[in-house]
Amino acid sequence: MYWNERIETISRDELTYIQNEELCKMIRRIYHNVPFYRKKFQEIGLYPEDIKSVEDLSKLPFTTKQDMRDNYPYGLFAADLSEIVRLHASSGTTGKPTVVGYTREDINNWSELCARSIVAAGGTTDSVIQIAYGYGLFTGGLGLHYGAEKLGASAVPVSSGNTDRQLMLMKDFNTTFLACTPSYALYLADALEDQGISPKELNLKAGIFGAEPWSENMRKEIEKKLNISAHNIYGLSEIMGPGVASECACKNGMHIWEDHFIPEVIDPITLEPLPYGSFGELVFTCITKEGIPLLRYRTRDLTTLHNEVCQCGRTHVRMDRIMGRSDDMIIIRGVNIFPSQIEDVLLEIGEVEPHYQLIITREGTLDFLEVQVEVTENLFSDKIKNLESLTNTIKQRLSSVLQLSAKVTLVEPRTIARSEGKANRVIDRRNY
Amino acid sequence: MIIQISVFLENKPGRLEKVLQILYDNDINLRSISVAETSDYGVTRLILDKPAIAVEKLKAENFIVKETSVLGLEIEDRKGAMLAAIKELAVNEISIEYTYSCLPINDNKVIIIVRVDNMERAIDVLKDSENCRLLNCEDMII
Repeated sequence: MYWNERIETISRDELTYIQNEELCKMIRRIYHNVPFYRKKFQEIGLYPEDIKSVEDLSKLPFTTKQDMRDNYPYGLFAADLSEIVRLHASSGTTGKPTVVGYTREDINNWSELCARSIVAAGGTTDSVIQIAYGYGLFTGGLGLHYGAEKLGASAVPVSSGNTDRQLMLMKDFNTTFLACTPSYALYLADALEDQGISPKELNLKAGIFGAEPWSENMRKEIEKKLNISAHNIYGLSEIMGPGVASECACKNGMHIWEDHFIPEVIDPITLEPLPYGSFGELVFTCITKEGIPLLRYRTRDLTTLHNEVCQCGRTHVRMDRIMGRSDDMIIIRGVNIFPSQIEDVLLEIGEVEPHYQLIITREGTLDFLEVQVEVTENLFSDKIKNLESLTNTIKQRLSSVLQLSAKVTLVEPRTIARSEGKANRVIDRRNY
Repeated sequence: MIIQISVFLENKPGRLEKVLQILYDNDINLRSISVAETSDYGVTRLILDKPAIAVEKLKAENFIVKETSVLGLEIEDRKGAMLAAIKELAVNEISIEYTYSCLPINDNKVIIIVRVDNMERAIDVLKDSENCRLLNCEDMII
């Protein structure tokens, strides 16, 4: 089943032709509309005419998350605000989020790609799609919502959380398709079991799960416990949101919708592009985006690209599930977290050189974050109530910055291991 | 007033032992100890004969240590003696943060340690009290 058979099964030659055309148009547009890129081009002596095809991609400069921060909030937009119909944002590392803007055409394309992704996972116009991704500034909920509507399925915008209501709707609305983070899918499965509801009593058939790393074992568990076909979906707000790539029935990697994004895998150290089949950092160039088209955006996600034709008939290249990061970002319950965010909070609270450690555990199916903070003379008090109010302050600040609740534990000085003078900030005890 | 040393200790075996070992190795005498505990850590409060040396030695071993002024009240060892002393604080609206007892130095007397919200005022109220004697640091050196 395809949503857009012509494009999804297009020949590689035709796809390359489209990419060449769109890339050249995009480069000219960006050069004229985005001073940041124009300056970058001028610095390396590159002219828009130098880019004639996908072959020339490696001549283009990279874009990083830091560039987005430096140009907060609208500096990288290629469209006028009057053309922007929606803004999304992801949590930033310095208190400021990363902002992305969409034109009406961007929303159309995004909806199209989410529709393709839902159909590739088995969704149809008859599907009742329960969208248990967060709605709001996070792209997960609204992205898939528009995809479900574009497809003509019935979208249930329940958003994340409130497990009892999720289960009630799942039963009463005859939900056939579930969209959420894989850990929440497992959590829902366990809640069903606790309430004595067998998945056979439900109408669930399939689901798409993403926004955090997961494994083949988790897939098997979700499929078994919910009695569904579980599909991986990939996306990031900088490039678009969910639906940049998604799995078909073959479940052998996620098809990247290459008529909108050109993927590359590079060596994160040398920054040299690597051939298909090599493991490295995923990089995207947007070729249709109007609001904020990024060139060679370094996702920091580590994966491998495969160009062998897929049995499903789709010709778009496939990416493996994300195997790690080339920076220190961690994902907890679908929330992106950088250790530096925690450091900023501690600095704010008055620590000159905070020593802290993040411990991530998985209890049952849910991830938990514990932040251990070494007590200093500044922070210490002989009164327990002062120490408790300190941990509460840290907790509240963390929860407002990270949008995630963390346990805060005070520990003795020098109990956090330091290696080469630099503390090992993250201990991830989750088993995928 | 006397000096109390508080030490931050994680809840794990051997931490208090380490503190006591340091005191012993440096010939420091313990007059009183009280532990306020939470699920993850405790604050150990100590009354010592040589608080300044204790602070230096504990800090050298990377302990987080704080010196706090507290009241040392010597009262008669009889029913109602503590009540009478505490009442004086209460009528003067001085709030007590925490209190614990300490080894005596004179026969038929007991010592209680009191941490209050307003030290100056508490000293003013109790300095000529008939219900207790305010101790100072030298009293702890025996």
